[in-house]
Amino acid sequence: MNRPATAPAVIHLRDATIGYGDVPIVRGADLTVGPGEAVAVLGSNGSGKTTLARGLLGLAAVLGGDVELLGAPVGRLSHRPPAQRGRVGYVPQRHSVTGAVPATVREVVGVGRLAHLGLFRRLGAADRAAVTDAVAAVGLADRLDDPVAALSGGQQRRVLVARALAAEPELLIMDEPTAGVDAASQEALAGVLARVSSGGTTLVVVTHETAPLAGVLTRAVVVDHGRISYDGPLLPGHTLDEPDPHHHPHDTAPRGYRMDQPTVTTRRGGSAEQGR
Amino acid sequence: MDILDYDFMQRALLASLMVGLVAPAVGVFLVQRRLSLLGDGLGHVALTGVAVGVLTATSPVWTALVAAVLGAVLIELVRARGRTSGDVALAVLFYGGIAGGVVLLSLAPRGQATNLDSYLFGAITTTSTEDVAVFAGIALVVLATVALLGHRLYAVSDDEEYARAVGLPVLALNVVLAALVAATVVLSMRVVGLLLISALMIVPSAIAQLLARSFRTTLALACVVGLVVSVAGTTTSFYAGTPSGGTIVLLAIALFLLVTTGVTVRDATARRRHRRRTDVHDAHPHEHGEGCGHQPVFHGDHVDYDHDGHLHAPHLTGTGIHYDEHGSDAAPVHRPGKGAAR
Ligand SMILES: Nc1ncnc2c1ncn2[C@@H]1O[C@H](COP(=O)(O)OP(=O)(O)OP(=O)(O)O)[C@@H](O)[C@H]1O
Ligand SMILES: [Mg+2]
Ligand SMILES: [Zn+2]
Ligand SMILES: [Zn+2]
Ligand SMILES: [Zn+2]
Ligand SMILES: [Zn+2]
Repeated sequence: MNRPATAPAVIHLRDATIGYGDVPIVRGADLTVGPGEAVAVLGSNGSGKTTLARGLLGLAAVLGGDVELLGAPVGRLSHRPPAQRGRVGYVPQRHSVTGAVPATVREVVGVGRLAHLGLFRRLGAADRAAVTDAVAAVGLADRLDDPVAALSGGQQRRVLVARALAAEPELLIMDEPTAGVDAASQEALAGVLARVSSGGTTLVVVTHETAPLAGVLTRAVVVDHGRISYDGPLLPGHTLDEPDPHHHPHDTAPRGYRMDQPTVTTRRGGSAEQGR
Repeated sequence: MDILDYDFMQRALLASLMVGLVAPAVGVFLVQRRLSLLGDGLGHVALTGVAVGVLTATSPVWTALVAAVLGAVLIELVRARGRTSGDVALAVLFYGGIAGGVVLLSLAPRGQATNLDSYLFGAITTTSTEDVAVFAGIALVVLATVALLGHRLYAVSDDEEYARAVGLPVLALNVVLAALVAATVVLSMRVVGLLLISALMIVPSAIAQLLARSFRTTLALACVVGLVVSVAGTTTSFYAGTPSGGTIVLLAIALFLLVTTGVTVRDATARRRHRRRTDVHDAHPHEHGEGCGHQPVFHGDHVDYDHDGHLHAPHLTGTGIHYDEHGSDAAPVHRPGKGAAR
């Protein structure tokens, strides 16, 4: 966060209200993320993390205030301004690949390259190499030509991670990339993210489990009932109260961030370097 | 070859060839997008265009093309606004289009409106030379667009949110796809008919999905299937004296049922054989590995263990280690894919 004051922000929210239809979910959000930062977005279920991420991407409506991405405003469900094309990678929380027609891992991940290309250009050798690299990075190199539908749920999530990685984006927004992913793959992902991050990519990772990515993510933004309740360094041991599954935004006293949870302190034995 | 002695049959076969190839090439994207009925809705709208053509004594192919493309653009704009659901917008198109067409056609001078059936269900005798030329133009444009934009159309059909998030021109691509559907509907007007074209877009894709593993092969296979049933159906309708559209669609559906049955039987057999071999291997008291006493056999990308007259191929599944029997020549019995996933 001690970047030079001149570096333009990758993400800039000023008093932003984001919601669905006319219903505000995230309110009064102020947030500035500079190039190369690695931010964890934390908060209980239903607190508004996904809505915040989708607002950044133009997928949820900006109902008030300013939301700027890569120096250009994100319009209300509008198209990306040219300045933002091909520079953003996104891993959605829900597996929204619901298409009825079979598609291979290679085909799905190849989509990650499209935003880079002119409208009528086909994937070139460099694009194909980026696709195989991204698939290898999530440990699915041997499944490149298998239909995605034949993969397990966790493997399908990794395919979506690969799709975002293949874009080689400047800003990578991931909504719970480690949910349902086994420990070994989480460590591998941490390694990949560390590499991507040291290459200058800005990371915004919505997560409930900071432990696997603790070595990569350095800043925490906590969303509580639609408001940003904490924004500061991600310290070891930071974790969340997990609310009950029927949590309603207004039924209990505020809860969320706390620092006294001793159970999750350090990452698993592995290191940020990727194995192999 | 006497069927080709008739000029109208030559034209009908040409038209059926084109529509058979083009309709599935567009339909696969609609299936992927779960918007299978868009073709049907646009067929209804095209009927209003046909009626306008009949009333104004212009070629109904052109007026149908204009009406269908306008309808296509309109429905995508309505969907993009997000206020009305796609469903409701489609329904308005359906009923507005067919009602407009029927009412307008009833205003036409006597004798004109009687060929309504041929527009709705296809008739081989109706394709004019001019129609063939227009159809060829449409077919070329549609195929070229799919060749150029196919990957992007796939991306938008597969995961529209992601496409929007990374900055693909989602609305433009959706409008292009809808316009392609509209053009294909018009292409179908003579041979398949406006009410049945949707089937020729969807059913070949449904057949191809059962057999293919990738989007690309699904697309290619669907086009082949569409072409075969379209030409075969048109030929059949010549000899049997049945309406071409209905004949083509019935053929396609028959093929679909055949392939479904075939795939089901194949999967069941493979599963049964798989299970039987599993029983055999489960009787082995140890996991094969280095120094287990059995002869390792290198088999492509893996190692089998040779014992008691068979090759034993361990592999990991979701539930743990599992053994297949590999012949020294045969391909693995176990296919990771559709069948096993069920
Ligand atoms: N498409 C939608 N339309 C209307 N309301 C929505 C929509 N999606 C989410 N919400 C509401 O917005 C609130 C915040 O949801 P959001 O998905 O942002 O939570 P989250 O912090 O990502 O939770 P989780 O940890 O479960 O992913 C919830 O109360 C939810 O009901
Ligand atoms: Mg969420
Ligand atoms: Zn052995
Ligand atoms: Zn073998
Ligand atoms: Zn054995
Ligand atoms: Zn097996």
